[in-house]
Amino acid sequence: MKSLAELKAIKEKMQNQMNMRSDADHTRVVVGMATCGIAAGARPVLNTLSDEIQKRGLTDKIAVTQTGCIGLCQFEPIVEVYEPGKEKVTYIKMDAEKALEVIERHLVGGHVVEKYSMGASGLK
Amino acid sequence: MYRSHVLVCGGTGCTSSGSLKVKEAFEKAIKAEGLEKEVAVVETGCHGLCQMGPVVIVYPDATFYARVEAKDVEEIVKEHLLKGRIVKRLVYEEAQTEDGVKTLADTNFYSKQVRVALRNCGVINPEDIDEYIGTGGYEALGKVLTEMTPDEVIQVILDSGLRGRGGAGFPTGLKWKLCRPNQADKKYVCCNGDEGDPGAFMDRSVLEGDPHAVLEAMAIAGYAIGSDQGYIYVRAEYPIAVERLKIAIKQAREYGLLGKNIFGTGFNFDIDLRLGAGAFVCGEETALMTSIEGKRGEPRPRPPFPAVKGLFGKPSILNNVETYANIPQIILKGAEWFASMGTEKSKGTKVFALGGKIKNTGLVEIPMGTPLRTIIENIGGGIPNGKKFKAVQTGGPSGGCIPAQYIDIPVDYENLASIGCIVGSGGMIVMDEDNCMVDIAKFFLEFTVDESCGKCTACRIGTRRMLEILTKITDGKATMDDLTKLEELCLYVKNNSLCALGQTAPNPVLSTLKFFKDEYIAHIVDKKCPAGVCKALMTYNIDPAKCIGCKACAKGCPANAIKVNANSEVKEGKKLPYLVIGDECVKCGACQATCKFGAIYKK
Repeated sequence: MKSLAELKAIKEKMQNQMNMRSDADHTRVVVGMATCGIAAGARPVLNTLSDEIQKRGLTDKIAVTQTGCIGLCQFEPIVEVYEPGKEKVTYIKMDAEKALEVIERHLVGGHVVEKYSMGASGLK
Repeated sequence: MYRSHVLVCGGTGCTSSGSLKVKEAFEKAIKAEGLEKEVAVVETGCHGLCQMGPVVIVYPDATFYARVEAKDVEEIVKEHLLKGRIVKRLVYEEAQTEDGVKTLADTNFYSKQVRVALRNCGVINPEDIDEYIGTGGYEALGKVLTEMTPDEVIQVILDSGLRGRGGAGFPTGLKWKLCRPNQADKKYVCCNGDEGDPGAFMDRSVLEGDPHAVLEAMAIAGYAIGSDQGYIYVRAEYPIAVERLKIAIKQAREYGLLGKNIFGTGFNFDIDLRLGAGAFVCGEETALMTSIEGKRGEPRPRPPFPAVKGLFGKPSILNNVETYANIPQIILKGAEWFASMGTEKSKGTKVFALGGKIKNTGLVEIPMGTPLRTIIENIGGGIPNGKKFKAVQTGGPSGGCIPAQYIDIPVDYENLASIGCIVGSGGMIVMDEDNCMVDIAKFFLEFTVDESCGKCTACRIGTRRMLEILTKITDGKATMDDLTKLEELCLYVKNNSLCALGQTAPNPVLSTLKFFKDEYIAHIVDKKCPAGVCKALMTYNIDPAKCIGCKACAKGCPANAIKVNANSEVKEGKKLPYLVIGDECVKCGACQATCKFGAIYKK
């Protein structure tokens, strides 16, 4: 180790992995991963969300987890976003590309992506 | 990149209950499900709740699975990791709620804890230096080498109020300050990992769970006192700790965090391991240094103190593992942060090893001054089997007991000293109404008699004579004169021994005499052991009113001591009650365990 910069580089590389192991209050992004979800393609959605959050260094604020069947099997893959103190937002019929858009506009930008949300499909 | 981390505890406690098999099962099952690129399996150090081992924590949800066996793993992988359904039946009981599960931090065991020395234990993979760096590791060393003078470092440690966590509570900064001005061609930084108190295992857990924290702190100490060589003295009975230290030292050398010209600042520091063979006396600083030199581990009189003439006759400092584990945090977060925790004279947090008659056996780290009640009742979960709390032994064979009437005492150096106890290295052995205090004192004295190095007479012979008197008491053969002699002998050994081993050896006797003298007197005068522990003073008896004469006890008795009571009469066609005969009875208790009618009792 010849300089502090080298240490910093390793830290930055590792930090996002390590932040996942904290118990702090996160925004939770939950992907429905029951049989219905997996069959509809929830795995790539989950992995895209997880990778992108880590790439952007947001693991200290956002936790990507799974849940079982949400009960709306025909709308899978479903992604729910729980922000502390805000109402839950449910995104339906997701894919990897839509997931990236949700990160960009909702989780980073702070605006709910209405066109993918359950409200937009007429379900309330 | 991984979306989930499965942390499997690889501390000594969980390893012995089979965590390595669990880890292998996870790796296999995850591969079978094709999740190996999504889920990482990490072997960590101790999580603290050893009672519930093997412990598995799944992040990012922080789900705490307890007592996981290899056969449970497939279910966790298929349900939780694949489908996101938590396997509730395996979740730590306390974390289960009606509508789901709580995170770890919200359980009684963890919510009152503040983790400084243990902050990485059970969180990082101790065999991967990158994970340590990822949590801010080696930043403190970088800060010290590039921004601070040695005197500034010492001042921060002084201001933090950190005191030695090995037992004596000497201010760490002052120790460093006393060593710094002493000029010599070589100076040494030593680490005391010779944890020997029965029931204490915090140093082992730190070395197993976060070895780099100790290496980093020793390098900081080296910079502060002007030394380029460190030695870690660790027990050979801690094979996992030794192995992880070796790996950590190797990785730190490869990264250039140990060795020459660290961070390009011209500062050199390296660390070597020395394994101790397990003699208790080698935890004493002069004996430890003598042992590192390759000689028989015996203490020598002080002065000269090690700060002047220590290892190989050169100025040296010696700090305990837990003390070192606090140092990088103090450097990074500042002296005020550390000093804001704890009491007026005892700053920061302290790790305690809870053991004995307590529900949650394990490691806890709490701010100094936390009431004993919080530790026993909230964190420890109270006494199992509905028994009554009697006392806590702190400080192992050098300490004393805190009886139930002091349960609200704030736990810090001063308060414990005020009732003849010590914080010690942090072992806490909880006792309930079934423990005999004379027997406890005898147990610790047996330990010191075994471990006395034999160099000075007071300790070598004094402790042996004390043990003889205690044995006389538990055998019911002592007189009140013996008790007076015992007290005299305690003071003699305390005042005339060369090192702390002898000076503190009488403490368990003195403190049980202070708080439980009535138990001693019951043994001597009434020839009774109130707790029913001392075999010579108790008998097994059969209550004729409850006995139905089924002979189950007689069949199970290894000594054939249970015979028909010739004096009892046949009543209304009922079979004859049985009776334990005193002479043949070996007091094994098998009859009491066998009897389904509760007819057999101890007296």
